[in-house]
Amino acid sequence: MARVAQISCGTEYSGIQWMLNDIAERVGIELVYPEMELSQVELACKEIGFEAESPSLNIMMASAVSMLDDPAIKGALLLTCFKCSEGTIVKDTIRRFLHERTDMPVILYSNVEKPKEIELYSRLEALKTLITRKTLLMREKQEGVTMGVDSGSSTTKVVVMRDNEIIGKGWLPTTDPVKSADDAIEAALKEAGIERVESVGVTGHGRELVGEHLGADLNLEEVSVVSKGAALLSKRHKGDATVIDMGGMNNKLILMRDGIANTFNLGGICAGSSGRFLEIAARRVDADITELGRLAMDSKERYELQSYCMVFGIQALVVALASGVKREDVAAAACRSVAEQVYENQIQEMEMRPPIIFVGGVSLIEGVKREFENILGVEIIVPPYSQYAGAVGMATLVSGV
Amino acid sequence: MDILTNRNKRKGERRRRGGKKEMKMKVLVYPPNSMILSDLVERGGHESLVLMREIGEHVRDAEIDAPPINITEEDLKRALRYVSVEEPAGLKGRIGLLAPLLEKAEASIILSDAPPTYGCMGCAVADEFFKFLIRKREIPTLEVRYEGGERIEEMVTEVMTFLEQLSKEEKK
Repeated sequence: MARVAQISCGTEYSGIQWMLNDIAERVGIELVYPEMELSQVELACKEIGFEAESPSLNIMMASAVSMLDDPAIKGALLLTCFKCSEGTIVKDTIRRFLHERTDMPVILYSNVEKPKEIELYSRLEALKTLITRKTLLMREKQEGVTMGVDSGSSTTKVVVMRDNEIIGKGWLPTTDPVKSADDAIEAALKEAGIERVESVGVTGHGRELVGEHLGADLNLEEVSVVSKGAALLSKRHKGDATVIDMGGMNNKLILMRDGIANTFNLGGICAGSSGRFLEIAARRVDADITELGRLAMDSKERYELQSYCMVFGIQALVVALASGVKREDVAAAACRSVAEQVYENQIQEMEMRPPIIFVGGVSLIEGVKREFENILGVEIIVPPYSQYAGAVGMATLVSGV
Repeated sequence: MDILTNRNKRKGERRRRGGKKEMKMKVLVYPPNSMILSDLVERGGHESLVLMREIGEHVRDAEIDAPPINITEEDLKRALRYVSVEEPAGLKGRIGLLAPLLEKAEASIILSDAPPTYGCMGCAVADEFFKFLIRKREIPTLEVRYEGGERIEEMVTEVMTFLEQLSKEEKK
């Protein structure tokens, strides 16, 4: 069991503590609640340098200070209520404090009264991997002949690697996860010109099913794997970095230190900030998804969609086309809409640690990369084979098993 | 065998002296988990409405399995009578838990500026909002400032006088 400190201002009042306990147990995490003398609360606030109006938030800060005295604690889960501004400030302040003092992974979650189990599960599962697989995640090179399979929600990606080089690739839409994986594997092996590999690792939404089908040697969740893949593809193994991973249906924002994720934020709440939104936008402007980014780069006039929503945003896009706005301006507006929503909902909640590495299928759409650069004011790295980050990370990690 | 605590002995004496049991009012205290205020209310011959009792009922309810304090969806929904759906979940949970106390209250004592160790809801917004809801009930309310040190006696006297007045009001 990985020992994780739960630092929160009162999840029991939101009625979700039982769910946290249940998921933690299933994932193999022991949630502990660091204790302290009440007299230490004021001292802890002084140490962190922030004093909140809410006593529970001050106790949260004291818990964060207190957990540093317990060497058995290997990670932290920070929780405050969604839409609580003071809670958000304290949560972020604690995260920064912990990252200054330790290298342990820290995850943040804004709790609501009815959280989706999958949201909590995926976060705690990733936290567990980051704690228990730390030695494996320190791997910076792929060795031998291995295969990484990323069974994503929209597409299945496969790479075959030999001695740190990609020698075969397969990329297919995910329909039946097992069949899609088999077909993508066949394509990757064909390109590599081989029939067998030494080991196979699986990640992505379909990893349980596909992993069992393939008899995989390693099966890991996406956060740790994608960050490893991004570090490898961009050759950024040392120091801080930020990874933006945008796929067909969900997004991840991962802060890394020395090639290992230590904080992350998962999207997936709104389809308007997904690759799927761009697919529909591309269809509306009569372009293939692979051409949407290039089309957006030709935009000369700025046009704003009035909604980020998958329904109303697309409706706004149709209205714009009908009123004579040029296709390229509408394509750029769609890219901006996605980038802005990711910025507002995910990036703003965390800090940006340059360099910023953009991976996942959406990273191939230049218009989105340009919009991120405009919003963030920094250059964004899209490494080669960026859409294969998960598969590359997996092929590398499995070579160390 | 002397099995009665001093408090229960006093209650027994009051009952024997006659009458005060009938004059009981339900007095909501703020902070809602203040043991000291609750005790003062009981000593003053009234029934204290405190959070611990509400949580106790939840925890003892075998039908509910949502540890540690068994806040349920119903509690959160009940809060919607007082707060907007947009409010944070923790605020809704706290207000939902307190709502039955608020609705039962016939009088209240609001202690302000008390240190957190004296009792609080943990959430500053919930604290402020709950005080507002008490005031809106327009029930007899004593608002008293927490006084530490030697002046605590004045505070206790003020509370006890208020409770005594409640008894007289009730008699009338």
